[in-house]
Amino acid sequence: MSQKTGAQIIWECLLKEQVETVFGYPGGAILPAYDALTQYRIRHVLVRHEQGAAHMADGYARASGKVGVALATSGPGATNLVTGIATAMMDSSPVVCITGQVPGPVIGRDAFQECDVTGITLPITKHNYLVTRAQHIAPTIKEAFHLARSGRPGPVLVDITKDAQQESADFDWDDIEVRLPGARPASGVLPDELQQAVELINAAQKPLILAGQGVIQSGSTEGLLQFVDKTSIPVSCTLLGLGGFPASHPLNLGMMGMHGESWVNHAIQQADLLLAFGMRFDDRVTGNPATYATAAKKIHVDIDRAEINKNVQVDLGIVGDLRDTLLQLNEAVDECSHRQWNADIEEMKGDSAVRDIQTLPDNGRLYAAHVINDIWNLTDGKAMVVTDVGQHQMWEAQYYKHEFPRQLITSGGLGTMGFALPAAIGARMACPEGEIWVVCGDGGFQMTACELSTCAQEELDINVAIINNGYLGMVRQWQEFFYEKRYSATPLRNPDFCLLAQAHGLQTLQARTRSQARESIAKARRTQGTVVVDFRVEQEDSVYPMVPAGNCLHDMIRRPLEENPLVETAQSRW
Amino acid sequence: MRVISEYRDPRQSPLQTLVLHVEDKPGVLDRVASVFRRRAFNIASLSVGHTHRPGISRMTVVMEGGAAEAERAEANLHKLINVLSVDNVTERPSLERHLALVKVRCNPANRREILQLCEVFRARVVDIGPQALVAEITGSDSKIEGLVEVLRPFGILEMARTGAVAMSRGKQASEQGSRPGSGTASENEGSTETSNRAAVRDRISPPVIERVSLLSEDGRSLTAAR
Repeated sequence: MSQKTGAQIIWECLLKEQVETVFGYPGGAILPAYDALTQYRIRHVLVRHEQGAAHMADGYARASGKVGVALATSGPGATNLVTGIATAMMDSSPVVCITGQVPGPVIGRDAFQECDVTGITLPITKHNYLVTRAQHIAPTIKEAFHLARSGRPGPVLVDITKDAQQESADFDWDDIEVRLPGARPASGVLPDELQQAVELINAAQKPLILAGQGVIQSGSTEGLLQFVDKTSIPVSCTLLGLGGFPASHPLNLGMMGMHGESWVNHAIQQADLLLAFGMRFDDRVTGNPATYATAAKKIHVDIDRAEINKNVQVDLGIVGDLRDTLLQLNEAVDECSHRQWNADIEEMKGDSAVRDIQTLPDNGRLYAAHVINDIWNLTDGKAMVVTDVGQHQMWEAQYYKHEFPRQLITSGGLGTMGFALPAAIGARMACPEGEIWVVCGDGGFQMTACELSTCAQEELDINVAIINNGYLGMVRQWQEFFYEKRYSATPLRNPDFCLLAQAHGLQTLQARTRSQARESIAKARRTQGTVVVDFRVEQEDSVYPMVPAGNCLHDMIRRPLEENPLVETAQSRW
Repeated sequence: MRVISEYRDPRQSPLQTLVLHVEDKPGVLDRVASVFRRRAFNIASLSVGHTHRPGISRMTVVMEGGAAEAERAEANLHKLINVLSVDNVTERPSLERHLALVKVRCNPANRREILQLCEVFRARVVDIGPQALVAEITGSDSKIEGLVEVLRPFGILEMARTGAVAMSRGKQASEQGSRPGSGTASENEGSTETSNRAAVRDRISPPVIERVSLLSEDGRSLTAAR
C-alpha cells in the first residue's frame, strides 16, 4: 500500500484498467490530474472541444470493444461532453468520463465553473458518481469500469472534486472489491425457454433473423454463422448490426428498416418467425409497430430485460448473453434448408436491381452511392468506415458491404451529427493498423471540423470523404417528400473544405466526376496522414427506398424508375 | 373545492403499487423518480422510509397505468444499481395504508359532534385548542376521503397526507422480488402475453440483501451523487 494524491490515484487506476489512451481537455478543476499526468505513460489526445473527447472515447470503444476514456474539467467542460455521453448511451458503448468538480466545500454555492454534472447526466449514463474524497477515487473508478463494460455496456461518469484530487490517500488496487448488490446479471436462457425456442424455430416455415449490435458486442458472429449454416435462416441486420454477419454470406439480406431494401422489409412482414438477436426494435426498424410483422411469432434475445416487450410484444423473451444462448441453440435446433422461403425472398427482389442508383450509367454527374461503392471497391471492402449522420450514412450502409464486426462505426440511436470525425480519431487510436475512412456529410462535418486540428497535432492517418451536396441532405429529402419541396433552412453555403483542411496543414483532394472520384480515393489511400477529399455530389439525390416515419414497414417510397434510362430494357425482362 | 386527491381516484385511472428496496445513499430518490419522469409514467404517490436493515430504505411508489406500464417501469428500475428489489404488489394480497393529519375548525359547541365523527372513522384526535382540533387517521385512501368529507362542512384549516405505504400479506417479504410461483398478475389475466411478461420478470436473480448492511458502514461511501 502506498500514499498517493487523488490525482495520481486517477492515473494509477487507469493504468490498472489497461488504459493506454485518454481523450481530454484541461481546465481549472481537473488541473491536479493533468499535472500528475506528466508522471504517467498514458497517451493523452488533446481535443478541440470536449464533445470531441466523448465521441473519441466512444469511437475507441466501438473499434476495440474496450472501455474508452474521456477527461474534462468542471462546468462547461463537463456539459460539453453531454452529446457524446448521450450518443454512447443510446448505442450501448462502454465509456468512462472523468470530470473535475469544484472543491467539496464550495459545492452548492455556485462557484466558478460549478455545475451539477451528475444531475445533468443522470438520465444519459448507466450510472454516475460524485467523489469528494481521495480514498473513494479508486473504488469508484474500478466500479465505473466494471459497470461500463458489464451486462449491457454504457457510459459511466465520475465527477471528482478538485480537493479530492489534491489530498492524499492509500492506494491498493487489488484490495478493492467491487460490490454491487443492486446489479443483478441476467441468468441466461432457461431450459424451458430453450425448449420453447427450439420448437418455434423447428416449426417455422418463413423464419428470419434480425441481427443487432448485440451480435457484435457479445462476440456472437461465429455462433450466428453456425446457427445460420445449420438452419438456413436468412439474416437481416440493423444499422448497428452491420458487420455482425458477413455481407458476402448468401443468406445475408442486408439492412432492414426505414432505408432497408424493399425485399428485406417485405420478407420481415411476411415472416412467420422473427429471431431478434441483440436488437431493440427501434422505430426506424419497425415502422408502425401496430402493423409490424403481424404474422410472425417473435423470439427476442437481449441482455437487457427492459428491452423485452418495450416496443414490440414478443412471444418469447430470453434475457441473457447472446453468445451463450446461441451456443445452446446451435446444439438443440434441427438442421433445415428453408429452400422455398429463401427462393420466395429471392423473388421479392423484383425490380430492385434496376431501381438501384448503381445501375445508372455515367451522366457526367457524381452520385454519392457511386463514391461509397468505389471506396468499397478500392479498399477491397477491408477499411473501417466511420460515418456521420444523414443521407451519406444510409448510402454507406447500403453500398459498403461490411464483412466483419466493428467495421462500421456510426451513431445509430441518437443520430448525432458531428460524430464521425472525432469517433474516427478514437478508432484510429484503438487500431493503429489498417485503413480508416470517415464518410460524412458537409453539414455534420462542420459540427466538429475543429477536430481536424487534433488529426494534425497527433499526425493521424485518416481518410475523410466529405459527401458534399450543399444541403442538409436528409432534411432536404424529407422536405422534398413531405413538405412540398420547401427547403427551409437546409441549403448550406459551405466553406472551401480543401482550404479549410489545408489551413490545418492537411492534404486535400476534390472530385466532381466519377473518374475523379476513383482517382482521389486511390490517391488518398496512397497518401500518408489525414487526407480530406471533397466529393461534390449530385445535390438533390435522395436515399431510396424509404419508409416514411410511422408508416407500415412494407409501405415504401421507391426510387422512380424514369430516372434510369436502362429501365426500359430492364422492365421488359420482368 | 374538489378533494385534493382527485387525480388518485382509482376509478379514473388504474393504479399500480410498486415496493422498492434501495440503498440508502444520496441521490437515489432522484434516480428512481427520474426513471418515471423520463419514461413518462406519472407517479400518484411516493413514500420513503427506513427499513429494519441499516443502509436499506423502502419506497412505495403508486403509479398511474396498467400492468404493462408497471412492468416497463419495473424493468427499468431494475437497471438502477442502487435499487435492490422491485416488487409489484398490486395484484397480490397486500396492505396499503395512508396517514393524514386534518386540522379542522371547531368550537365548544360542535366539538362533541366532531369527536364522534372521528370516532366512527377510528381517527385519533391528537391536539385540541379553543378553535381547532387535529385528527390523525390511518387507513385506505377511501377511508381518509370519507373522514375528510364529513369534516369539510366544519371548515378544514389544514391537511397533511402521506402517500401510500404497502406491504404484502403473509410470510413472504416484498424485498425478495417476484419469483416463480409468487402469484403474479399473469394468474389473473392468463393471456400468453402477460405470462411471458411475468416470465421475463422472473429472469432476474434475487437480490443479495444480506450483504448490503455489511457494505455501507459509511453510508456516503461510493455513490455520492447529489
